[in-house]
Amino acid sequence: MNSTFEPVIGLEVHAQLLTKSKAFCGCTTQFGNDPNANTCPVCLGMPGVLPVLNKSVVEFAIKMGLATNCTIAPKSIFARKNYFYPDLPKGYQISQYDQPICKDGWLDVELKDGSVKHIGITRIHIEEDAGKSIHDQDPDTLVDVNRCGVPLIEIVSEPDIRSPHEAHQYLSIIKQLVTYLGICDGNMEEGSLRCDANISIRPKGREQFGTKTEVKNMNSFRNVERALEYEINRQIGLLEDGGTVVQETLLWDADKNIALPMRSKEEAHDYRYFPDPDLVPVLVDQKWISEIAATLPELPEARRNRFIGGYHLPLYDATILTQEKSLADYFEKAVALLAQKNDEGYKSVSNWTMTEVLRLMNDLHVSIDQCVVTPDRLAAMVNLISEGVISGKIGKEVFAEMLKSLDEPKVIVERLGLVQVSDTSAIEKIVDEIIARSQAQVAQYRAGKMQIFGYFVGETMKAMKGKANPKIVNEILKSKLV
Amino acid sequence: MAVTFVDVEHIAALARLEFSDVEKEQFTHQLNEILSYVEKLNELDTAAVEPLSHVIELDNVFRDDIIQPSLSAEIALSNAPSRSDSHFKVPKVIG
Repeated sequence: MNSTFEPVIGLEVHAQLLTKSKAFCGCTTQFGNDPNANTCPVCLGMPGVLPVLNKSVVEFAIKMGLATNCTIAPKSIFARKNYFYPDLPKGYQISQYDQPICKDGWLDVELKDGSVKHIGITRIHIEEDAGKSIHDQDPDTLVDVNRCGVPLIEIVSEPDIRSPHEAHQYLSIIKQLVTYLGICDGNMEEGSLRCDANISIRPKGREQFGTKTEVKNMNSFRNVERALEYEINRQIGLLEDGGTVVQETLLWDADKNIALPMRSKEEAHDYRYFPDPDLVPVLVDQKWISEIAATLPELPEARRNRFIGGYHLPLYDATILTQEKSLADYFEKAVALLAQKNDEGYKSVSNWTMTEVLRLMNDLHVSIDQCVVTPDRLAAMVNLISEGVISGKIGKEVFAEMLKSLDEPKVIVERLGLVQVSDTSAIEKIVDEIIARSQAQVAQYRAGKMQIFGYFVGETMKAMKGKANPKIVNEILKSKLV
Repeated sequence: MAVTFVDVEHIAALARLEFSDVEKEQFTHQLNEILSYVEKLNELDTAAVEPLSHVIELDNVFRDDIIQPSLSAEIALSNAPSRSDSHFKVPKVIG
């Protein structure tokens, strides 16, 4: 990226809310039903119907407002955003315009160099989703209006973002917050979290903004970074060649790695907003805000700090474990079942969760809730290690076996004969044999070549099929090799 | 701020309506008449009056988040001029 220019980025993030019913009617929000099976006269835009606001939608929006340090508006109203598109049966989208439910918030975002970036949030407003147009199954366009009226919140940032990395980090926090709050499933690939960006560039040190473009259709975290990178470089290239940036909307094409101008919907930006007379104002008093605030869960940052302070986990572990609420819950469920609640045990559960459990989830493409190694099974296995019944190495075998069988770890250990040998005389016997046939190595060790010690440990473990208690093996070897 | 012939064309285009030039002239004239009639309101000092968004004094009308039965797709599609299986079918939309 050219260093004489500075990008200025603002993000608009749409989050689909996890209510059971739609924003203004009682139709289900269930995804994946037959086309046009979740509709009623209200969301079909029939004349003479009256939308009534779903109370949970307001509460979800307020939750996000509180989590992002917004002011909750004492009064907000709905507006009609007018445009024609086949997946919008009413000819307008119910949204909020000049009086949104939340405004003037901020988030502190951690960057990879360890610094913290303060990013302002202009507003959060409530609106309804449109239906789905299908362009590739028929010579004509097919429309499924099931999604019409599904509630969304739109979170609009200030133009405070200065790099694709900052945008990525900001978006990660938004996703983390909506999932922690349980108001959105945060899935970008499936479209329940969508991100549009406003991008301009300016010579470094200049106050005034350049002409901006809007980039849409970036349906993954990776695409957001790549699309922003692309568009910043394109704008810099234009200016350097003496050209100018034209204000337009671009669509990111993830297959070709380019952003192309959207074939302009004629006069698309003249939305003629006006207050929706069908929907009365929403008044929110301090009492209601306090009630909602009391239901907020522990948020990611607080939880991460508690993992560091309470379980004495390294920052790295705490960050990974609290990335997703479900993973943090998994860790804490397992930790609660430890026989010995000490730092060693916490770190052990953390290690197993971050390595084996996460690998398992990635390999099998399952969520943590579908993971067959449940927190109680993991804790039971860690307990076997801390009690000395099995070694950590054997633990991996037990873990692998837990994927194939629903037996308890203890049963698996007995069934496969994996019990760790802590019987001193059995280990001594093997050690004696190894020393007897390894005279050269013994001589080297006694001559001061201490690294050769690993050879004896390895040979002993091999001879005992990994089942010897490593601590006892070490002790016996040390005493015999002196 | 007078409404021009071009304004009328713009509004008509937004509403996907087509008019003859005679009609456009006529609407330009009528819209200007309406606006100058309403202009009278500007004689009042409204600096201390909150903008009114709704005429009925009612607020916080909510429904609980409960699923109600939807229409069948068959009924939902019954007014559709064109359909394909359970989808509404419309002329090809570009983009």
